[in-house]
Amino acid sequence: MQESTPGMQVEKFYYDNKIVKAFGYATIIFGLVGMLAGLWAAIQIYYPAISLNLPATTFGRLRPLHTNAIIFAFVGNASFAGIYYSLQRLCKARMFSDKLSWVHFWGWQLIIVAAAITLPLGLTNGAEYAELIWPIDIAIALVWIIFGINMFATIIKRREKHLYVAIWFYIATWVTVALLHIVRSIELPYSATGSYSWFAGVQDALVQWWYGHNAVAFFLTTPVLGLMYYFLPKAANRPVYSYRLSIIHFWALIFIYIWAGPHHLLYTALPDWAQSLGVVFSIMLIAPSWGGMLNGLFTLRGAWDKVREDPVLKFMVVAITCYGMATFEGPLLSLKSVNAISHFTDWTIAHVHIGGLGWNGFLAFAILYYMIPKMWDTTLYSKKLATNHFWLGTIGIILYAVPMYWAGFEQSLNWKAFTPEGQLKFDFMETVNNIKGMYVTRSIGGALYLVGAILMTYNLYKTIAKGKFIANEAAEAAPILKDSTKKKEFWHRVIERKPVMMLVLSLIVVAIGGLIEIIPTFLVKSNIPTIASVKPYTPLELQGRDIYVREGCYTCHSQMIRPFRDEVARYGEYSKAGEFVYDHPFQWGSKRTGPDLAREGGKYPDSWHYNHMYDPRSMSPGSIMPQYVWLLDDKIDTSSTPAKIRAMRTLGVPYPKGYDKLANADLMKQAGSIAAGLKNDKIETAPNKEVIALIAYLQRLGKDIKAEPKTPVAETNK
Amino acid sequence: MKFLHYVEKISGVDIYGLASLLIFVVFFTGMLTWVFKTKKKTFSEISRIPLDN
Repeated sequence: MQESTPGMQVEKFYYDNKIVKAFGYATIIFGLVGMLAGLWAAIQIYYPAISLNLPATTFGRLRPLHTNAIIFAFVGNASFAGIYYSLQRLCKARMFSDKLSWVHFWGWQLIIVAAAITLPLGLTNGAEYAELIWPIDIAIALVWIIFGINMFATIIKRREKHLYVAIWFYIATWVTVALLHIVRSIELPYSATGSYSWFAGVQDALVQWWYGHNAVAFFLTTPVLGLMYYFLPKAANRPVYSYRLSIIHFWALIFIYIWAGPHHLLYTALPDWAQSLGVVFSIMLIAPSWGGMLNGLFTLRGAWDKVREDPVLKFMVVAITCYGMATFEGPLLSLKSVNAISHFTDWTIAHVHIGGLGWNGFLAFAILYYMIPKMWDTTLYSKKLATNHFWLGTIGIILYAVPMYWAGFEQSLNWKAFTPEGQLKFDFMETVNNIKGMYVTRSIGGALYLVGAILMTYNLYKTIAKGKFIANEAAEAAPILKDSTKKKEFWHRVIERKPVMMLVLSLIVVAIGGLIEIIPTFLVKSNIPTIASVKPYTPLELQGRDIYVREGCYTCHSQMIRPFRDEVARYGEYSKAGEFVYDHPFQWGSKRTGPDLAREGGKYPDSWHYNHMYDPRSMSPGSIMPQYVWLLDDKIDTSSTPAKIRAMRTLGVPYPKGYDKLANADLMKQAGSIAAGLKNDKIETAPNKEVIALIAYLQRLGKDIKAEPKTPVAETNK
Repeated sequence: MKFLHYVEKISGVDIYGLASLLIFVVFFTGMLTWVFKTKKKTFSEISRIPLDN
């Protein structure tokens, strides 16, 4: 499969810089958009009116737009730009097919545009970082396969015998992201834009965080490590500190990472063994992560004088340091005792932004500052501006992270505080008010970071203006000669030169971790203890639940009461696995900007919820929740009810046969009784409004267990 | 809620655990042997690939 020609004549060929340029531009544009969305969302948290009271710009829809834009559009495009640049040079070959490169580019940008339209419209799967609806999921899979074909064909026609370690990281990225994306996207469509996750409750949660954690690992870490292994030696003009270490780093990282997902679900209703598995592997992750970080930093030994001069290296040093910090903190956060404090608080937000702003953002900036002058055959327009960008960014990260760490600690301490009499010391609203100042400071940090990125855009624009773009960069190399003297070689040496074998091995390594984690929870039905009193949602509640998902309520509210004294005192009996068996998708959430809602049902009268949706501050003064005024006007889409019931039946929810035809009658009956109840509280509303469905859902939450207060709740393995 | 309790209900499941453990012990031992046996010169050549273009 390797090219071979007799003799040693050198071949002339050209690197495709045009595709790198396109991905580079997309990185800058979507980076600015994603950061702006983040800043807007951050300001909403202390100044809810800036949501403009429009559905599309309200936090619950804006936050997924921010996370998707940063992960898939900013970091994704940056990785592609870096991969297309480095892969060609490491293989000493042009990309296999320009056509496939461009299909990949435009396909990916169309996916981003589709996401930017559908997410504000509230079209979502309701799973964090996997929000995009099923037609887009299919498009992602297709574009990803095209990228893979192009990459592998390039590797196969390479003129360099050895596969440099950066390419290993690219291969592992491709394989694992494909696997993660496909499994997480197994869903049952009920309309052109709507679908339900194939999995329910605990299983859905496990799949979600197996996916979510490894999306961080294989979309935000491994490709970027590959870029580090190429661009850092380039910028420092010296080889990586230890190539040996980089090999161990690679295999250990991809092996261990895949097992660590359940650490997102500590103290939840997830079975204990899965939680412990997640913890053990998370702790083990420190070793390869720090191996990689030290390998990066040691590469600069004896070259620190260059760091003072070169903006590219400056950004890289902070990026790698942030990688080290985040990967040290991650395992700490996965310890149960630390997680008990950090989970659901702003600590998580601080942690991910050390990774996002520091590691991903700064590395993306570094490679842009490196590649653009090179491709335009010029020098950077202004080193001074780049240095200013560096300091604005660095101060931005500190101003972002420190207040969020503080807010996280304070939240947790406040939530857990009891008075000497044994009462909860703070009501939830007080715990929010105590950290509003931190939210303001955080948004200032984010704004500084954004200003830095704008400076970069200007600087790169001026650089491009003074240079001349080399669309096809000439290069020369001899083709690979077939080894006539067949020596016995060690097997890893062989793998290391064979990309397909590398792909298969990477797949086996990551698949085993995933399978061991997931299979036991799936194959055995009895894994989920059933609770007799837990019944499927009524059609109205189901519609209400879909509105809850659409508005992204899970971005601020959890539905998971952990077995802690304070949580039980504040929210009620802790959550059981059996309570979620009909939840497609699960809505446990990962953050409590607002209180937990797992036992919201029956806590307040319907009229409270009605008024609260219209203006949260009228019911809880000081609340930072956005207004959901449109829910009072918009009508429930009852035309979708039969299809939804049929889909749920297919997924195993025990609605009676033929119930899809009767569902809307039941829906209207329940809606009528809620509207009549509201009328008694002097609220006039038609029963077919969305707010009625949402009230029905909220009033149902956690009630199934409450329904039998006389007998103790028993979980049985039926 | 013991792991074994769930796994033992899958028929012939013990082979999965054994096989995966074996794969990894063999793989990592092999990889580490190769890494530490390979000459420094080979690695320093490979590590110069990015600098050669």
